[in-house]
Amino acid sequence: MDINVLTIDSARKLVESREVSAVALAEAHYAQIAERDGVIGSFLTMTKERAQKQAERIDRMAEKGDPLPPLAGVPVGIKDVLMTRGERTTAGSRFLEKFVAPYDATAVQKLEAAGAVCLGKLNCDEFAMGSSNENSAFHPVRNPRDTTRVPGGSSGGSAAAVAAGFAVATLGSDTGGSIRQPAAFCGVVGLLPTYGRVSRYGLIAFASSLDHVGPLTRTVKDAATMLEVIAGRDTMDSTSANVPVTKYAAECGREIKGLRVGIPKEYFGEGLDAETREAIERRIDGLRKAGCEIVNVSLPHTEYAIPVYYIVATAEASANLARFDGVRYTTRSAQAKTLADMYRKSRDEGFGAEVKRRILLGTYALSAGYYDAYYLKAQQVRTLLTRDFQDAFTSVDAIVTPVTPTAAFKLGEKTGDPMEMYLSDIYTVTANLVGVPGISLPCGTNREGLPLGIQILGKHFDEATVLRLAHAMEQEQL
Amino acid sequence: MKVTEKDVAYVADLANLELTPQESTRMVADLNSILGHIDKLNELDTSNVEPLAEVVSAFAGGEGSQRFAYAQRPDVVKPGLSREVALSNAPDTDGSCFRVPKVIER
Repeated sequence: MDINVLTIDSARKLVESREVSAVALAEAHYAQIAERDGVIGSFLTMTKERAQKQAERIDRMAEKGDPLPPLAGVPVGIKDVLMTRGERTTAGSRFLEKFVAPYDATAVQKLEAAGAVCLGKLNCDEFAMGSSNENSAFHPVRNPRDTTRVPGGSSGGSAAAVAAGFAVATLGSDTGGSIRQPAAFCGVVGLLPTYGRVSRYGLIAFASSLDHVGPLTRTVKDAATMLEVIAGRDTMDSTSANVPVTKYAAECGREIKGLRVGIPKEYFGEGLDAETREAIERRIDGLRKAGCEIVNVSLPHTEYAIPVYYIVATAEASANLARFDGVRYTTRSAQAKTLADMYRKSRDEGFGAEVKRRILLGTYALSAGYYDAYYLKAQQVRTLLTRDFQDAFTSVDAIVTPVTPTAAFKLGEKTGDPMEMYLSDIYTVTANLVGVPGISLPCGTNREGLPLGIQILGKHFDEATVLRLAHAMEQEQL
Repeated sequence: MKVTEKDVAYVADLANLELTPQESTRMVADLNSILGHIDKLNELDTSNVEPLAEVVSAFAGGEGSQRFAYAQRPDVVKPGLSREVALSNAPDTDGSCFRVPKVIER
């Protein structure tokens, strides 16, 4: 058994046939973590007792010959912005260093109900704010493909863990690219479900109109299987949609001939690295040869997406993070004498620089006199961005773009200038602003051997087509 | 529009953040750099464009909001977190309530 290449199906088969017990499978992963995560830094907390209990339960079922659930015995990791009952849940923040979650996030609960073995909690940028994982209050994560480089962010730990053989699949969250960009940097698959497709109950909120929960995996089919498990309406999240859950895994392998694939010219302009462009163009050629109709489309407001995103996301963050006030969530400054002191000093001590920067920007954008100029304006341009997609989707079934302008950059390369870091999200933020699903999958490597990614965006609630195309691309090495 | 030290101090006050003088200087520079980029939005005439607040109802030919119709549910009391659990992460409690520093000075 080579745990570095296990998929959900192959892991489950090992457990079902009792060739390897779920307990042994979890132990093999913990051994690899112990050996290599000192360098990578993807885990913040191990949940060994929880994993052991679950693995034993699965092994008892396998022993009795009971039918096993879809993720039986599959070792997974959870981004530390998702609540895990009785386990520390930090959101990568000093503020929540000692916070113990009082309940399970719905996505976590569904994974475990489907038999997954949760190994631990994964490192991320503080409150999911970042594109490199360098904003974790605890330690950065290193890219397993080149440890001098970042794994991407904010779900950097989730991507690195899959790439390094620490878990077969992980959960991440994506507010502006935080699943897809690290997936591209680490050479794994990352899926952004439609807004409302997956419950966010138990997700520590960053920007509520943009936050999504989704999987990171080694294969497209694994992403489909994970989505099938976690998707669906949840009475605990009134923004989760009442839309039937497709058998996503069964979409993998379906014919792609005749699908219309849009190529938006705005995503292939200045700033896109030449090797990434070539790799993507090769895949587009492959789709054409496989019988897809390639259509040039335009998403004319693309260049405005970053400014819109950094207003909307920070405005929502400034409201969501107001709850961290020194009263309820573990941290209170020992220096606080008065109530006002308690708020200020607790937040000062608990939050890192990027979180403060975003709270300030968001508060500024919402403050009297600036609301119309910034927040209202951004929401109006957001309407224009959604119209771009509505128009494009009248003539195509899916859209293919890059995920990132370049392959993974070096640690420290972009920490000096926040705007430069923000611009690395240029191809990913729009999907969040308009709520459409997307996937990032590997499309080869550059001359330095670093993974490159390709993104497929789909219509609302049409993850099926996205997965179908992605699977074909992955299988044919198109 | 240039953000000044005074603006940053005002916004920090609204957001209940405390900034050291060094942090404040850095924030002035960062906010100006970011807002400089955001000013690009002024290139667009949006006088007749409705602001978008929620993506899904804007989509899917009007059926969007129906997907969320169940969000209106019967007003039935269901068990929530126990008091003990709800207080378990609090920095200070009296066993039944959160405890905070004195609000009114006399």
